[in-house]
Amino acid sequence: MSTAGFNSQNGTGTGTGTGQTYTNGPSQNPVALQQLPGVNYGMTHQSTYNPMQAKAPAPPGPGLYPSGPYQPAPPVSSYQPGPPLTSYPSAPGQSLLSRPQMGGPPPHTPPQSASPSPGPRLLPAQATPPPPAVSSSSYYQNPQQPMAPAWQYNTAPPPMGPPASMSAPPRGPVANHMNPAASLAATAPPPSSAAYSTAPPPHMSQSATQPPGPGMPPTSLHGYTQTGTAPPPMNPIAPHAYQPGRPAYGPPPTGPPPTMKPAPPPTGPTMANATPPPPKADAQCGGAVNSTLSPIEPDSLEGDIECPGAVAGNGPQASNSYNHVDNKMAGLTQPGPPGRHLGHYPSLPPGYQNTSAPHATSNIHPAMQAATQPYTRAPQPYQQMPGGPGPAQLSSSLAAMSLQSSTPEALRVVNLVQERNLLPPNAIPAPTPCLTQDLQKINCSPEVFRCTLTSIPQTQSLLNKAKMPLGLLLHPFKDLSQLPVVTSSTIVRCRSCRTYINPFVSFLDQRRWKCNLCFRVNDVPEEFMYNPVSRSYGEPHKRPEVQNATIEFIAPSEYMLRPPQPAVYLFVLDVSHNAVETGYLNVFCQSLLENINALPGDSRTKVGFITFDSTIHFYNLQEGLSQPQMLIVSDIEDIFLPTPDSLLVNLNECKELVQDLLKSLPTLFEKTMETQSALGSALQAAFKLLSPTGGRLSVFQTQLPNLGVGALQSREDPNQRASAKDIQHLSPATDFYKKLALDCSGQQVAVDLFLLSSQYCDLASLGCISRYSAGSVYYYPSYHHQYSPAQVERFQKDLKRYFTRKIGFEAVMRIRCTKGLSIHTFHGNFFVRSTDLLSLPNVNPDAGFAVQMSIEENLDDMQIVSFQAALLYTSSKGERRIRVHTLCLPVVNSLSDIFAGADVQAISGLLACMAVDRSVTASLSDARDAMTNAAVDSLSSYRQFVLTIQQPGLLAPACLRLFPLYILALLKQKAFRTGTSTRLDDRVFAMCQLKYQPLVYSMLMIHPALYRVDDLTDEGALNINERTIPQPAVHQLTVEKLCREGAFLMDCGTVMYLWIGRNCHPNFLTQVLGVPNYAAVPENLYLLPELDTAESQRTRAFVGWLRDQKPFFPSLHVIRDESQLKASFMQNMIEDRTESALSYYEFLLHLQQQISK
Amino acid sequence: MAFTFAAFCYMLTLVLCAALIFFVIWQRERILNIERICNLLRKLVVPEYSIHGLFCIMFMCAGEWVTLGLNIPLLFYHLWRFFHRPADGSEVMYDPVSVMNADILNYCQKESWCKLGFYLLSFFYYLYRLVQIQSPQTILWISGTF
Repeated sequence: MSTAGFNSQNGTGTGTGTGQTYTNGPSQNPVALQQLPGVNYGMTHQSTYNPMQAKAPAPPGPGLYPSGPYQPAPPVSSYQPGPPLTSYPSAPGQSLLSRPQMGGPPPHTPPQSASPSPGPRLLPAQATPPPPAVSSSSYYQNPQQPMAPAWQYNTAPPPMGPPASMSAPPRGPVANHMNPAASLAATAPPPSSAAYSTAPPPHMSQSATQPPGPGMPPTSLHGYTQTGTAPPPMNPIAPHAYQPGRPAYGPPPTGPPPTMKPAPPPTGPTMANATPPPPKADAQCGGAVNSTLSPIEPDSLEGDIECPGAVAGNGPQASNSYNHVDNKMAGLTQPGPPGRHLGHYPSLPPGYQNTSAPHATSNIHPAMQAATQPYTRAPQPYQQMPGGPGPAQLSSSLAAMSLQSSTPEALRVVNLVQERNLLPPNAIPAPTPCLTQDLQKINCSPEVFRCTLTSIPQTQSLLNKAKMPLGLLLHPFKDLSQLPVVTSSTIVRCRSCRTYINPFVSFLDQRRWKCNLCFRVNDVPEEFMYNPVSRSYGEPHKRPEVQNATIEFIAPSEYMLRPPQPAVYLFVLDVSHNAVETGYLNVFCQSLLENINALPGDSRTKVGFITFDSTIHFYNLQEGLSQPQMLIVSDIEDIFLPTPDSLLVNLNECKELVQDLLKSLPTLFEKTMETQSALGSALQAAFKLLSPTGGRLSVFQTQLPNLGVGALQSREDPNQRASAKDIQHLSPATDFYKKLALDCSGQQVAVDLFLLSSQYCDLASLGCISRYSAGSVYYYPSYHHQYSPAQVERFQKDLKRYFTRKIGFEAVMRIRCTKGLSIHTFHGNFFVRSTDLLSLPNVNPDAGFAVQMSIEENLDDMQIVSFQAALLYTSSKGERRIRVHTLCLPVVNSLSDIFAGADVQAISGLLACMAVDRSVTASLSDARDAMTNAAVDSLSSYRQFVLTIQQPGLLAPACLRLFPLYILALLKQKAFRTGTSTRLDDRVFAMCQLKYQPLVYSMLMIHPALYRVDDLTDEGALNINERTIPQPAVHQLTVEKLCREGAFLMDCGTVMYLWIGRNCHPNFLTQVLGVPNYAAVPENLYLLPELDTAESQRTRAFVGWLRDQKPFFPSLHVIRDESQLKASFMQNMIEDRTESALSYYEFLLHLQQQISK
Repeated sequence: MAFTFAAFCYMLTLVLCAALIFFVIWQRERILNIERICNLLRKLVVPEYSIHGLFCIMFMCAGEWVTLGLNIPLLFYHLWRFFHRPADGSEVMYDPVSVMNADILNYCQKESWCKLGFYLLSFFYYLYRLVQIQSPQTILWISGTF
């Protein structure tokens, strides 16, 4: 689904983009755009700020919070009050505030009035007040409930509140709500208001602007003005005020609600009622509606609201769109739990939160959720921290934050030897950086951008002392459900370091901004000052670029070295005897036929096919031919293209020929007896064919290439598979593939390798072709169409995703960081072209990257540092786009703060990447020692420098309590284990995945999740799209947790095992597996029968939900005691002792011994 | 004849040393701006090693043991570098896919600085030895003939 969403975004974005400024991806934009038309940026968004306001009473809000600055006036006050509300804690972000207000409004009369603008909605909300709970929600969190929440009211929250609950109920609606409401309002002001509830009349007054169309303009003006007046405000702003809220945040769900309740409730409820239904619609339509209604938008935007005024004008829409986006984001975030958001960035303006996201949320994987959560936190506000958070702000906010985040809890001393049950029942959330709420709200989502140390040490020596790696984990092209897209003729960047303007820059005044990376003072271009929507000047800090940590620009022609290339796909297929035996051709052709219309691209899309065995076969598909023509080239030493012009053809013009070819291909080689494989020559031919345009080269290979250039020899000695000694041959045997990959990279060709082989294929050598050309590697060991149905299913699903997922061509990614920090090493698939520039011929949404950083100059005098990843790519529609992610982190100078901010999952992920490098350049045992030492060093450093009281035992801060477990898991991972029989290709593939996969998925590879599934209940279940997803607790990976009476599901990322205990309850066997007793469980069961029983539905819903969270398709194996796969299952029991590896307890003792040395 | 083989060695060495200095400087200059420049750079590595090996052989033949002694460590370093290439038989150094790693980059830069210093010092040392072996007049005469 994500994909879909994604695409649409793009699409939309594009469409809109052109027109307007910025659109968010979705349709909304369009609308918005329309209004804006002339304008470029549609932006206006300012929303952020406003958001809050928007939400509620938009009007007031905006002004208010934005900082106090803005509006000095009343609003502010109201806001502030808000804080008091506490409820908002989160509020920190202005948005929150606003909400509170809103919600609050009721309470505070005044505020409300302020809010008014939003009025309409708000009013209703207020009316509603009743729903106390809701109010709490106000958070944004609620993703689910979105709407309301979004607003100030957030009512929704309550439901959501508890992330855990996720219970879907609220969500759907909520998210949208904001907009919807707005929209509604716009349309029918009165009604809408009602709907909104919140905005009650009072607001109206202010809101007036917003109110429906008519009023709007004016209103907006007001709002605007306020802002305008306040300009300076930007700064700091509100944060403080909010702080109170903060706490709440932490708790998100619950916490807030309570506080809020009072005020919020009203709104919330109302909202809920009214809005709920509309929500989604809103979200989507929202844009449109808003635009029309301008007024409304504000709400939606929340943040925007302030801007709203602006919006009201033309711009409004834009705002909306923006908002939408934001909203979603926001919604997601906050909810944290909701999970699904994934896509979203938390940061969005507060307002956003609501949004539709909710649904999504539910789905999300725990881990993901966790990730999201962080985001959530900080609602929008972002104000620009001028200069960085003012110290004061910081401290205050820090205080608030710390409460919830790490400090206290993260540094709690845990004696690992004594405490056994360290694993939380749900996913482990990413730690939240200790930033002001405002900053945190707009900060980049941890799913996209994560740092191993959420508090950056001030000096390299401090970092060395902490003995933890400093690095970033990136998932830059992740499918996002909400993504603001901006179209503008000039993209504002720092003139010195070329950093894109981002939420963490500071505005010195309205005309100048200071780069947060190099600290150069830049002028704000005239165009950036103008807000088309509001037709006003002077609010550069409210533009979307400054409101979103993740944003996408449609790049003008300066960003093109050549006209954007079309989408070009070339498939290179192995058709030797071995390949035909596996039967993969049928699946491939079938899958491509089904998805041929879903291949991303436009009218210029080209496809081509090459098959090879000992010769190379080309297919002439030129238009006009009655059937495809096969051209065989047998001179593999000096390969040439027989008819260079007709081998790559336009897909739309020649679709029938292509379909004919795909239908006949599997039968064409049925009787082949050719066993040799000239892969090297085929690749050279493919490279020649693609080099004029660039594109994607998909290679399907089933055996070791043994003919012509690039021929390889088997290097694996099966007797050495279980050797405890060093593993040889992890590095490539020839540099042919590396050199070819570099050539490909230079011509913008990426090579994706599908390896379907039962024998050794030397992935270490072949993999280079993908590694350096930014492709991906898929590996299906022992693939056979009859003997391995699970693999076939996985291959089918993977192909489907592969064909239809988003793709970016001729991409480069540059990572910039604040002066003083520098990039040490990159991990992933790419070619490093300069110290900070990655060349990515293709970029796909499933690719992750890791970056090791070092501190070259002391970061004295800095309170925060920022990292910015900018990905420039050509979309499949031929548009040049830039996706920019900016992460902001605090700088600390004490070791305890560094430890408190450690992100154990990110550290483990980065260590895994480093260990892979070490295995290849040095040796596997070296890498294993290095990992063990990493744990020993950091824990002994903690003991030596941070612990004040020395006690016996193996002590770790709570945030690192899982570190030894993850290290042990890595040592037992396929990539690094010794003493257990592991095929060389399996090992190398695991290494590739560790380096290439986004953290969420690689963590499952490292430490699988074990669930007990024979007693699934609906307690605490998620509700997604009307499906109930049970949420069993995660168990430790030890046989001790298994019992003969139960059934356990182990999720290892790419594979899932369902282990059935010998005495498994017959109820489970009959109701879920459809077999009468244990003995009847088939040996090779890989599908859960679709039985019409509650148990079966729950189990399938849970398995389906786990699968939905991954871009690849994990196959499921049902195993019992006698199964061959039992060994694979048992090898994942990381905490147990095996013949060749320590148990977790022994490992802890080993660490303890090393530390005390 | 006043012009000995040793003197000839020193003269040639002076010229080649200048070439080496050029190589090293060139490598230093480009390393921060690489792309495929690695490919060009790599072509200079083996010539550099060969020229330096040639020095050593000539000094050995000329019986200039002290000078040879000074060059032996570098000779061994070059041999070590050459025989510890990546297993895939590729470049001696400046592998484009790894050279951007901060560790490798720093190492390469330090190495070039050291070599630059070493070659510069050797240049002047060779000049000094040349003058010591030959009288200035001979040198002038030789230069004149060229």
